[in-house]
Amino acid sequence: MTTANVYQQRPATEAKAESPLFHADLQNLIGKGRSNPGVVLREKKLLGHLTIRGNGHDPAFAAGVHKALGMELPGALALVSSGDSSIQWLGPDEWLLIVPTGEEFAVEQKLREALAGSHIAIVNVSGGQSLLELTGPKVREVLMKSTSYDVHPNNFPVGKAIGTVFAKSQLVIRRTGEETWELVIRRSFADYWWLWLQDASAEYGLGVAA
Amino acid sequence: MSQSNRLPNGGRIDRSKVLNFNFNGQTYQGFEGDTLAAALLANGVDIIGRSFKYSRPRGIFAAGSEEPNAVLQIGATEATQIPNVRATQQALYSGLVATSTNGWPSVNTDMMGILGKVGGKLMPPGFYYKTFMYPQSFWMTYEKYIRKAAGLGRSPTELDPDTYDNMNQHCDVLVVGAGPAGLAAALAAARSGARVIVADEQEEFGGSLLDSRESLDGKPAADWVATVVGELKGLPNVTLLPRATVNGYHDHNFLTIHERLTDHLGDRAPIGQVRQRMHRVRAKRVVLASGTHERPLVYGNNDVPGNMLAGAVSTYVRRYGVAPGKKLVLSTNNDYAYRVALDWLDAGLHVVAVADARHNPRGALVEEARAKGIRILTGSAVVEARGSKRVSAARVAAIDVKAHKVTSPGEWLDCDLVASSGGYSPIVHLASHLGGKPVWREDILGFVPGDAPQKRVCVGGVNGVYALGDSLADGFEGGVRAASEAGFKPVEGVLPKALSRVEEPTLALFQVPHEKGTARAPKQFVDLQNDVTAAAIELATREGFESVEHVKRYTALGFGTDQGKLGNVNGLAIAARSLNVSIPEMGTTMFRPNYTPVTFGAIAGRHCGHIFEPVRFTALHAWHVKNGAEFEDVGQWKRPWYFPKAGEDIHTAVRRECKAVRDSVGLLDASTLGKIDIQGPDAREFLNRIYTNAWTKLDVGKARYGLMCKEDGMVFDDGVTACIADNHFIMTTTTGGAARVLQWLEIYQQTEWPDLQVYFTSVTDHYATLTLSGPNSRKLLSEVTDIDLGREAFPFMTWKEGLVGGVPARVFRISFTGELSYEVNIQADYAMGVLEKIAEAGKPYNLTPYGTETMHVLRAEKGFIIVGQDTDGSMTPDDLNMGWCVGRTKPFSWIGQRGMNREDCVREDRKQLVGLKPIDPNKWLPEGAQLVFDPKQSIPMKMVGHVTSSYAANSLGYSFAMGVVKGGLKRMGERVFAPLADGSVIEAEIVSSVFFDPKGDQQNVE
Amino acid sequence: MLHIFCPHCGELRSEEEFHVSGQAHIPRPLDPAPCTDEEWGDYMFFRDNPRGLHHELWIHAAGCRQYFNTTRDTVTYEILETYPIGTQPQFVNPAPAIRKGDQV
Repeated sequence: MTTANVYQQRPATEAKAESPLFHADLQNLIGKGRSNPGVVLREKKLLGHLTIRGNGHDPAFAAGVHKALGMELPGALALVSSGDSSIQWLGPDEWLLIVPTGEEFAVEQKLREALAGSHIAIVNVSGGQSLLELTGPKVREVLMKSTSYDVHPNNFPVGKAIGTVFAKSQLVIRRTGEETWELVIRRSFADYWWLWLQDASAEYGLGVAA
Repeated sequence: MSQSNRLPNGGRIDRSKVLNFNFNGQTYQGFEGDTLAAALLANGVDIIGRSFKYSRPRGIFAAGSEEPNAVLQIGATEATQIPNVRATQQALYSGLVATSTNGWPSVNTDMMGILGKVGGKLMPPGFYYKTFMYPQSFWMTYEKYIRKAAGLGRSPTELDPDTYDNMNQHCDVLVVGAGPAGLAAALAAARSGARVIVADEQEEFGGSLLDSRESLDGKPAADWVATVVGELKGLPNVTLLPRATVNGYHDHNFLTIHERLTDHLGDRAPIGQVRQRMHRVRAKRVVLASGTHERPLVYGNNDVPGNMLAGAVSTYVRRYGVAPGKKLVLSTNNDYAYRVALDWLDAGLHVVAVADARHNPRGALVEEARAKGIRILTGSAVVEARGSKRVSAARVAAIDVKAHKVTSPGEWLDCDLVASSGGYSPIVHLASHLGGKPVWREDILGFVPGDAPQKRVCVGGVNGVYALGDSLADGFEGGVRAASEAGFKPVEGVLPKALSRVEEPTLALFQVPHEKGTARAPKQFVDLQNDVTAAAIELATREGFESVEHVKRYTALGFGTDQGKLGNVNGLAIAARSLNVSIPEMGTTMFRPNYTPVTFGAIAGRHCGHIFEPVRFTALHAWHVKNGAEFEDVGQWKRPWYFPKAGEDIHTAVRRECKAVRDSVGLLDASTLGKIDIQGPDAREFLNRIYTNAWTKLDVGKARYGLMCKEDGMVFDDGVTACIADNHFIMTTTTGGAARVLQWLEIYQQTEWPDLQVYFTSVTDHYATLTLSGPNSRKLLSEVTDIDLGREAFPFMTWKEGLVGGVPARVFRISFTGELSYEVNIQADYAMGVLEKIAEAGKPYNLTPYGTETMHVLRAEKGFIIVGQDTDGSMTPDDLNMGWCVGRTKPFSWIGQRGMNREDCVREDRKQLVGLKPIDPNKWLPEGAQLVFDPKQSIPMKMVGHVTSSYAANSLGYSFAMGVVKGGLKRMGERVFAPLADGSVIEAEIVSSVFFDPKGDQQNVE
Repeated sequence: MLHIFCPHCGELRSEEEFHVSGQAHIPRPLDPAPCTDEEWGDYMFFRDNPRGLHHELWIHAAGCRQYFNTTRDTVTYEILETYPIGTQPQFVNPAPAIRKGDQV
């Protein structure tokens, strides 16, 4: 009996890859626009995204995740990073693991091995999501225009990650540095977010980074 | 003649900055710092508009947001029109263009007025109520007339060039109003370290202190304001919002603030700046320091230009250096209004007399006026004013307030300005938006906010604390309390010393009596904006309207943008007297948001134009665009609708696409279908419960079509679910149902069957889905894949894993067209590369991209339903002739089973889905057309069903449709008729809904 | 706009992050098949409409995607508590006093 079907979803050979914001041609926008922009955007594209489901109250589950990833299973609204990987709490039985491009297949196998016997689910959602990093002194203002969640440092310290309503849809906001935030966006909404963020940051100046 | 009413000195204006503006086509000049109202008064403009019902000339009456008359249309161009702007709240800027909203053809000679008060006769009190009693069609007729005559402003017909946005704010303490109490509260809260927002509707902070005679610590009160604002500005935890009206107090301390960032700068916002911003604030605590509105007295002809609120006169004199007249008569029932006479004297103007309704007033301000030689007529009031376009005289007579009688004929005093003060009403609007009932306080003759569950503190005027020193202390204490309740350490502070003086109580006078009685006296206006008179209120009570809410609706008192700012308490007092009850027994009406009008721009924020709504795209969108697709909105998705070639209309294109699929191979982007990954040992059992059919025996590698019902037994979604490992399934849903179905699974798992071990995750965006359909699909796909596509190796309703175009894929052999089809699922990042390879390999096969229209046609030819098109939430699987998809013997009572076994759901004459074939093959049955058995019956006809899907352009060569017909499944071969709106009737035969390949031979092609 | 404490996220969030799913504590009959039409109709359609405390089922749709229950005062809109599925509320309406003449 097989519990789950897991396969390498990325092509082994060089194949054409288009991230959710491919059409925006961000590469060509680098360095253009106002100098000293209040907001700088970067698409951290084509990373490995895995949704992990399991019982957060079960010590064996947390231990298994730790064994496989070397990262502590984060509690509510927390984000844990290690090198280029990060894991964040999405819900009491749901986490989002982001790993460097292409590592997701091996990591999933490792996780499944460490968690064998437990009722869990791991789902590769790499093609459906992307990370937008926003950096700069005016990012907070842009977020305030977009979400009813309180992004004041008192309420949103570095290392916090929340799912919320953003403009007219939903996404995940993560604070990764004093002036650095990440948005976890769904592929099909990418153009909407791109248009929205350009508009919301227009008065502060928007730059694009590689 | 320029600024004839401008005083030589004084005012918080910059006389070196002259601003030109235009009102009703005439050019005037004012100064920077003026409001539009102040500038109009400075130029001696008396008539500002015509009244709503009676078309009487009206002038500026107040100096703040309570202004009832000077509600103007602003905008120099069509695109920048803003209706309903109070001239008293609009800062003057160079090039401002304002027009009256009432009074065609001109405010000075009003046609409706000349024709004999047409408006008044057509709209007696009770008009709204009476009209609504008549049929709807009557209202439509009246409405046009009212809208034209009322002319309450208009919206621009061109695109607004300015930017408006929203800002979400959070704070510990929101202070509403920056008068003395508000500023003191803000200081206390800010010093404690709390996050504080202070919002005030005026151009600058200070409220009443900006035109006050009072001193604080021996210095002008405005100096203290400057010091406090300076301190607050320096604190990083404080946000100051001038020109920002707190308009709504919503649940759980959520308040909306309408900030006018550049309305004072020009007709258009400077480049790159936002014109107006709506702050959506969640406050831990709210300090309401909204202050008071002065009440006017209600007397005869109290609406003629030259009648004003007493306090407004002081504001114009002291804050703007404008004298709105030469000879003042003041009518009052309280001490505080005497400052107006003193200010008038200080400005070197003539006070004709003060009429004080009290018999022996001895307060400090009264004595000061007396000492300065002002004539004071006690026990008296202005009973009526005289003048048509401007007050020319006022009659002051002795009155008996208790008996509501005039006790002497009095004397006519020459004057051009009558200022009246009937006491002060705490501005309880915000405190009442959530339904909190204001409480009457006899000692101040006003309603104050009552107890409420909201976490708020009321301070200063709104709390009934009027004396300046007391108000400062009340504000500070409120600020401390709010901050400490929000978790901050209380602070101590030294407040400036205000002079305390003896003040005598206000006398309860609202409507001034008249010898002729209310009904025959010259019109005594209670609500100037809605043209409601004291007589109208009395009439309402005589006609039996005793509840204050009914009186309001009968007379229009406090309607619309006014929200009862000036007239509410006077109206209640008149109704109470005429019903012989007390004011608290009468109670107030509801106050509703918004406090003052808000532009649609500020409400919409940036949710407009190209970012009005999210638009979702698949990973293949660019390819569709390149290949000339026309797009259709499906929910938030843009899906290719059809791919026209040069010169093709939709019908030609769809016929071509259909033919290509039936003859060779077509390509559809199916990425928008919902896809849900299901894992867990109980996944299979869960599917058994959630679908109508059985899943126990579905082997790994196989896929099955499933129907989902609600508990009522009605179909609500469908799709194919594949078993990809024993405990692992991929479910597909309709495009529109994706989110709904996931939530449906979650609610049952989380709330009903938490013991079932199963997890659901959306993978809709992760996979792009390319469908190849048609007899040549196998040949084409085999050129780009390593999967064995042989008939035996890869049978219908199974799936395989392998490389497609060099990219790992899951390929499902399922079909929505009736043709041999493969659905290729690839991680979306790589889909474009795969599509390009398939398109290249497809050239020899005439691979034809097709859109949703052709998809709809092809599936209908096979009789496949589309949930939401052929179903409407009232159809069981049996109604759809899909009983084969119901697992009647499944052990667990799955969702929908009990519902569809209700007596009503098993009737044989229910509407059932059938095929409809027009007798004339060229006739097209409109979707939605109602069906009857007998087209000759009289109207209303007995309707027996309707058309759900209908296609003229298709691969069959004749028009066909699907529809529901009562008992239709047993009526094969019978006729139905669709009588259409144009009188024509289309006749159709009831046939099987499977028009194409009923035996399914197409699946067996080599 | 309500401010709702999500028991899983452990903090207050704006109403727009949530969807309400109607009255809480309406369990699906364990075996619907033998239910009479009346019993089934009660389960399907009949809901309380109290003046005062009301228990409602909400989902934190934009957040942790978890369902939970609330106790809300339908007069003041105050939310007295939120609690996970499978637990019972601490606040309940006092049982209505049965007046003389009421049909029991």
